[in-house]
Amino acid sequence: MQAEESRRGAVANPAAIEFRDVSYHYDSAGNLLEGLSLEIRQGETLVLLGRSGSGKTTSLKLINRLLLPSRGEVLVEGRATREWDVIRLRRRIGYVIQEVGLFPHFTVERNIGVVPQIENWPAERIQPRVRELMDLTGLDPRLAGRYPRELSGGQRQRVGVARALAADPPILLMDEPFGALDPLTRAELQKQFAALQQRLHKTVVFVTHDLQEALILGERIALMEAGKLVTLLPGKEFVRSPDPVVQKYLAAFRGVSAENEAGDEPVAIHPAKSR
Amino acid sequence: MNLWQFILQNHVEVAELTFEHLWLVGASIILAVMVGIPLGILITRRPVLSKPVLGTANVIQTIPSLALFGFLLPAPWIGERADRLAILALTLYALLPLIRNTYTGIQGVDRAVVEAARGMGMTDRQLLWQVQLPLAMGVIIAGVRVATVISVGLATIAAAIGAGGLGEYIFRGLAMVNNSVILAGAVPAAILALLADVGFGWLEKRLSPH
Repeated sequence: MQAEESRRGAVANPAAIEFRDVSYHYDSAGNLLEGLSLEIRQGETLVLLGRSGSGKTTSLKLINRLLLPSRGEVLVEGRATREWDVIRLRRRIGYVIQEVGLFPHFTVERNIGVVPQIENWPAERIQPRVRELMDLTGLDPRLAGRYPRELSGGQRQRVGVARALAADPPILLMDEPFGALDPLTRAELQKQFAALQQRLHKTVVFVTHDLQEALILGERIALMEAGKLVTLLPGKEFVRSPDPVVQKYLAAFRGVSAENEAGDEPVAIHPAKSR
Repeated sequence: MNLWQFILQNHVEVAELTFEHLWLVGASIILAVMVGIPLGILITRRPVLSKPVLGTANVIQTIPSLALFGFLLPAPWIGERADRLAILALTLYALLPLIRNTYTGIQGVDRAVVEAARGMGMTDRQLLWQVQLPLAMGVIIAGVRVATVISVGLATIAAAIGAGGLGEYIFRGLAMVNNSVILAGAVPAAILALLADVGFGWLEKRLSPH
């Protein structure tokens, strides 16, 4: 039945990524992920929302095989990650992390061009591509020769996004990419990323614990808790979900935002408005 | 006769012994770099090996130098010539700082940077050559620096087995109870050690990524 389902899926709306009853655990710790089944459609932005330790990042790392599932399998473009050539798999997937992980000894230009370079593109093709990406991510071309330490946090994260997009991968994994930025810069990058995604239509899996961010970016939101998927809903329906865990999350978030950001920034939870 | 007069009168011999000294130190450091850095890299790839390799290098370090020269004496080919013997012993002593600094330098590269590199599909070779080694270079050179300075000092003892070098003067001066002769060996050796320290210190700074 599962085979039939996936065959049908491949014709109608191919899942770019599919989790099939995936669990992950270390030898020592308990399950970091338990029985996760989830389909991520081609071209959609799916947000994995949840608190720290809920299994969001683990899920992400299972997609680009930084981790292998202890049970079940993760399929990327219909093939289990275990069966992929790991280098080929990862080069089809852009990866952006909160700490950015820019190469401190490379200039902005080399950082952005690093995947094309390891893919052996000719230099005359890399340079225009880098310029194009700097333009796309709103980076001043004069920054090309700078080193990461000479950039602001927002600029660094833009370079991180540009680097992930460089070889035009169909899939983008983003692990709290804007988490370490100040609220204004974060809001700006969220807006610009949403606009960028409207143009590029990558398959994006976006991890965050920030409800507002999830509502701005996510076409669908998967709420995770203690290694399990609680619910998976279109962004617009999420705030109206009667699910008690969702309600608890919403309530907690309202409380926290009211406490921390009152007066600073209006915290309107309106997905329609932010789009 | 003071030190200065002694050096002036024997300047040819002083120069010869200094070159011998440099040969012992240079050859052993080059050998140690050729062995120690690859070993240091290897144990970042095969973590099971890190304890035995570092442990062995550590134990070698604790063997008194005269005893080590003695142990190596019966070795074929090596034991035939005093300078070979001395170079081998000095190489063994230089291994620990090289292996350890290569290992800690690579392990010390920002985890986020390594994860980003892996995540974008770098092969292990690309990760090593493009990311880890350039970023660890300062620490690795610091290891070469420490090894060289230690080696300059230790090489004076090589004279005890007839391998030459500035230790000749030290042992001769001890036998003659003549401080000037001792200093004629000790002062140039100290200067060599300082020069090595300053030179590698400069290189370390230049090759550090920040």
